[in-house]
Amino acid sequence: MPRLVSHPDEVKIVTSRFGKGAAKIDTYLELGGYASARKALAEGAEWIINEMKASGLRGRGGAGFPTGMKWSFVPKQSAKPKYVLVNGDESEPGTCKDHLIFLHDPHAVIEGTIIAGLAIGAKMGFIYLRGEYRYLIQIVERAVAEAYERGFLGKSIFGSETEFEVIVQTGAGAYEVGEESALMESLEGKRGVPRIKPPFPAVVGLYGGPTVINNAETIATVPHALAMGGAAYAAVGSERNGGTRLFGLSGHIERPGVYELPMGYSLRKMIYEVGGGVRGGRKLKAVVPGGSSTPVLLPEEIDIGMDFDQVGKAGSMLGSGGVVVIDDQTCMVEFALRTIKFYQHESCGWCIPCREGTDWLKKSLTRFHAGFGTEKDIDNIQYIAENMMGRTFCPLGDAAAMPTLGFVKKFRKEFEEHLHGKPCPYAHHPEVELV
Amino acid sequence: MSAEAMTLFSPELAARLDALVERYPARRSALIPMLLYAQDEVGYLSDAVIDEVARRIGITPLDVRNVATYYSMLRFQPAGKFNVQVCTNISCMLRGGYKIFDRFQERLGIGHKGVTADGLFSLEEVECIGACCWAPAIQVNYDFHDELTEEQVDAILAQYRSQNAGGR
Amino acid sequence: MRTTPKSSLFEAGQPNVDEKSECMADVTFTVDGKKLTAPAGTLLIEACRKAGIEIPAFCYYPGLSLQAACRMCVVRQEKVPKLQTACTTPVAEGQVFITESAEIAQARKATLQLLLGNHPLDCPVCDAGGECELQDMTFKYGAGESLYVEAKQHREEQKWSPVVYFDRPRCILCYRCVRMCGEGMDVWALGIQNRGVTAVIAPNGGDHLDCEQCGMCIDVCPVGALTSGTYRYKSRPWEMNHVSTVCTHCADGCKVTLGVRSANDGMEIVRADNRDKSGINGDFLCAKGRFGFDFVESAERLTQPLVRNAAGVLEPTTWEKAIKHVGQRFGAILHEHGAGSIGVIGSTRTTNEENYLLQKFARTVLRTQHIDHERTGDYATFHGLLAGSKERAASHRDIAAAPAILLLGGNPTEEHPLLAWSLRTNVRLHQARLYVANSKAIRLERQAAHSLHFSEDGYDALVRRLSGDGAALADVTGAGAFCDALGAEESLVVVCGAEFRGASLAALMRWGLSRPGVKFALLSDSVNARGAADMGLYPDLLPGYLPLAGEQPLHDALAGMPTTSGKDATAMLEAAAGGGLQGLLVVGADPFAAHGVTEGALKNAFVVVQDCFLTRTAAEADVVLPTASLYEKTGTVTNCYGDVQMVRKAADKAGVKSDFEILVRMAGAMGVDVRTLVPFGEFQGVRADMGQTRGAQAGEADRHAVWLAANGLEPKLSPFDPFAILDEMERLVQGYALDRLNLFAGNESSTEPGTGFVSIDALLQRKDGVVATHPGLFDSGLLSERTGALQAIGKYQAAQAAQAAD
Repeated sequence: MPRLVSHPDEVKIVTSRFGKGAAKIDTYLELGGYASARKALAEGAEWIINEMKASGLRGRGGAGFPTGMKWSFVPKQSAKPKYVLVNGDESEPGTCKDHLIFLHDPHAVIEGTIIAGLAIGAKMGFIYLRGEYRYLIQIVERAVAEAYERGFLGKSIFGSETEFEVIVQTGAGAYEVGEESALMESLEGKRGVPRIKPPFPAVVGLYGGPTVINNAETIATVPHALAMGGAAYAAVGSERNGGTRLFGLSGHIERPGVYELPMGYSLRKMIYEVGGGVRGGRKLKAVVPGGSSTPVLLPEEIDIGMDFDQVGKAGSMLGSGGVVVIDDQTCMVEFALRTIKFYQHESCGWCIPCREGTDWLKKSLTRFHAGFGTEKDIDNIQYIAENMMGRTFCPLGDAAAMPTLGFVKKFRKEFEEHLHGKPCPYAHHPEVELV
Repeated sequence: MSAEAMTLFSPELAARLDALVERYPARRSALIPMLLYAQDEVGYLSDAVIDEVARRIGITPLDVRNVATYYSMLRFQPAGKFNVQVCTNISCMLRGGYKIFDRFQERLGIGHKGVTADGLFSLEEVECIGACCWAPAIQVNYDFHDELTEEQVDAILAQYRSQNAGGR
Repeated sequence: MRTTPKSSLFEAGQPNVDEKSECMADVTFTVDGKKLTAPAGTLLIEACRKAGIEIPAFCYYPGLSLQAACRMCVVRQEKVPKLQTACTTPVAEGQVFITESAEIAQARKATLQLLLGNHPLDCPVCDAGGECELQDMTFKYGAGESLYVEAKQHREEQKWSPVVYFDRPRCILCYRCVRMCGEGMDVWALGIQNRGVTAVIAPNGGDHLDCEQCGMCIDVCPVGALTSGTYRYKSRPWEMNHVSTVCTHCADGCKVTLGVRSANDGMEIVRADNRDKSGINGDFLCAKGRFGFDFVESAERLTQPLVRNAAGVLEPTTWEKAIKHVGQRFGAILHEHGAGSIGVIGSTRTTNEENYLLQKFARTVLRTQHIDHERTGDYATFHGLLAGSKERAASHRDIAAAPAILLLGGNPTEEHPLLAWSLRTNVRLHQARLYVANSKAIRLERQAAHSLHFSEDGYDALVRRLSGDGAALADVTGAGAFCDALGAEESLVVVCGAEFRGASLAALMRWGLSRPGVKFALLSDSVNARGAADMGLYPDLLPGYLPLAGEQPLHDALAGMPTTSGKDATAMLEAAAGGGLQGLLVVGADPFAAHGVTEGALKNAFVVVQDCFLTRTAAEADVVLPTASLYEKTGTVTNCYGDVQMVRKAADKAGVKSDFEILVRMAGAMGVDVRTLVPFGEFQGVRADMGQTRGAQAGEADRHAVWLAANGLEPKLSPFDPFAILDEMERLVQGYALDRLNLFAGNESSTEPGTGFVSIDALLQRKDGVVATHPGLFDSGLLSERTGALQAIGKYQAAQAAQAAD
């Protein structure tokens, strides 16, 4: 069972019901659950969207797009049915926040889905969880069944004339399906290959109907933001970055775990105070600030607030909020290799630069780390990554290229230390074989 | 369609799949869950399973294969009764994921994608399973085991061996 | 241009409101500093191609769904941060694009470097070497140095069928083959499996293909990943000459480019494709067109004239002796028995010029009206009804572009593959509404907006229903809705199969002619079935369906012919068996087999057969003259939609002669002045063409002779020049006033039925004599039976079917 952690600096909004048995609907109701959905039903779509705009809530999947704005793009009139799609395909290495939300507070996701549906005029919502989360799917399915029993879902929700259905869907192992249009393809029973945009999902989405796609954390935040009032929620965070965020501290950290901290919280404090510092009192070598696709930061770069804008200014991204701490005993070549190995495995193969680029990088890094690299390889690795950036069909290519460029540029010296047949200066893992 | 009469699946699963195709705006949306549930029961996606799924959805077996081969949880060869999936992605790697993987290799005498001779265990090095803050973590079938040490490997194997002996 | 998802093509039963809304207003935008104009929404890549700006692409293929996968067509759009793919960018007013720059060249070069990383670079032995898009792009963008030092992944080549091979390492995953097979052919036999770098094109049979074997996947492959069983490792592209001609197998008349190469006994055909995608078939060729050419090399091919000797055995002899023998015997029969003593059965596989010449030879030299051919479509009735109407005959292009088509009977997917392709494409890209009415289930119902099933006698009932008899088809579900929807169509092309003939055809056409905007096409079964009919291979109709008696220029040209109707094929065979006919000339036909003539029944008649193979008729003939196939001669043919196209001599076989030359020499041997048959040289105002027609200056005759030779033509100085006859046909045959500019440029020229036909009432009194042969997807009778590749496909398909049945 995933361990829950706590720290005084935390502002528990989304996590407020964690550990309290809120997966059961009675407990959830006792803790104020479904009040926001009832209010949203009473107040109507315009009110919801205005509140969401006021909340400053930005998408928690990684891109940070303002949620209220996203909902407002959905056309009011549509010949085809509209849909809400909740992205719970949490797959970015370093990220496990949705895991806890589904485990401890599935009704918040259901309630958020209802509210999103009311905001855009949809009658059906899907909650898509990655296939590996089977036990969580069962928890969410149970919660959905409870909501149906209580009449919160179905033909007349909360006794109104409004209909809303929720279907829980399982994936079957594909990181790429986290991309919103690939997610729709997967839900339609196809290969998880992204769609050509435009048209954007808000106009032509699931089954051709207008669709809003939000990250599970975003959706779970919605009922809280409405309960607090948009402006109050916004006030918790930093400028243009409303509210809190679930940060997952992992890697070489003394107290790993998922912490809910206000947007803009200092990265240095997050590592040294909230997380208790580098494990075993070792020295910090690097931090991956927002999941494995975000470029690495050096110890001298961690005096920043963790929000979309400040991390962006530091040359990386807030991403999914997965903060991976790396100590001074770590081989950065191996870390780069393990990172690219993932993206090579997950590339859908649709476009040439991503399909061929990730494989080439993996092969080169594998050989390089095994001690068979040449000076020119370092330039080649950089050249390939640079030529993937911005050229691929979807962001996965960038997700693979960005961190690679970061590693090569910031740790070139470590790459050079692997040259001339010298063994890896760090204890490396021989099972990372030469392919 | 006489698919129901000629099904490969248990009556429970067949009934579940019958219901599954009806719940979506489009039948085909049932494809991926159907493949996964079929695999859970049969162990892998045999040609016969693929043909039946194709029939149930109303698409060609080729189309089913196109989709099925895309998803890494779906397999076309039998795995062990207990499929041990060790995450070695960054967060787990930093906290000893490879050591756990090594220990399983050593104890089971098989490598990545190997199956033990008795068919009880199979082993896989997998990508991130969403347990980064409780690393290193593994999944045995769908069960998570987290914050592992190498020393716990034997206990985990023993647990599943006894579960097997218990007749499940 | 954007393809719509299949599901949105039809809103069942709704009339098409906005058909022409595709014609969007023009917008102006800038590409590389040039102002361009195109309809709003045109894809940038298409707009640029039309303006002569080539944007490279692997995955983009006109008419197929968009992929944006290869990333080669990236361009810079002003005010847009990332490079954009031209294949998915619709043009809008005021946009500014750069399509070539250092940045773009680098992006394309890098993509090529990535592709070449694991590419085998086996260009020296690759079929595509020399005509490979990957090679061309590498040449252009100079990805010359290899940065890739990892081991390459080799995979063995796979045989997916007798004609389709897959070489995985060469594949660049452009998905053209997958889309062509699915969207274009509606076969969906190819898929994409696995993901990432392990992604692979996969056939539906696991390790083999269960499909129509059309080879379209090979055709669209930009590299050498999919190769042809009949061509692979046979030749280099630059070793071949490429001759554009017309496929010999069915009545659709697809344009085909034959790749030919010198061989010991002439020129051999090594490949067939539609290289420049021109002509009525554009991209399309079926299995017969693409793989069905090796009959020309068949061991059974006749290459020497045969004359039956005293012992009663067919014995090889020289052309001189054989022709002399025929001339003498025909001369003697005419002398002894007079006009009408010899019958002629012509061919549906020879050219229009040959058929025109054959009837002229029959009528003026043999002085007979006993002329017929193997009729597979009732074109006499068809023309009789169209007399005096303008624009009621549908060309193939009319069908391919019609907003609504009614398909009555027939089975185009099997028997008219091009028609099926064009109907599918029209439905898919232009949202045409297809109405299918058939007594059998046919594949094209999948594309149909409305389909109707009934028993075999339902066709006439349907016509009655359409003509206002509400009781007709009353018991057939959907008949009312079907007819109502049809009735709402403002313009309609009616395509009907051989189910319609004589009175049925007349009733159908009378219904259609009573409404504005209805055009007709009548299907038939072999490459020049329509041409044989048009050229008057009838006992009662002259070329252009004119009556035997009359005062048109054609009657003058045929002066001296008998003026009473002759016997049809059945009657001729009976008469020849019973002593009523003394001679029979059979050209490219096998009436003994078709009519089940008992062996030896015609032993008292003198029978001459001209054919490529020893058919049943030939085996019993007195003289057999080996002929050139359609791939070995020049002339024109007319497809079943009335489109005339040029065939050009591609292959060459020592020992054979064209039917044209044989007929002229036969006439010569009978002592006829052959100028009266073929107006070559200076004759009746027709002059030898020494280059005037193409604007050559005086004194350029030599150079013109070179041009003619290069094009397989002759200067009309020879009695064997079919174009001398073409001149006469154009003057004398109704409907054959051809557009020579188009015809000689390799396009089709459509015929328009004329006037002055035999009255329809008279036509309906006679026997239509139509016997449909229903060729299959791999079957065209005589030729396919002697084509190794088609036989191999046939066997393979049968094995597949047997396995599926298990």
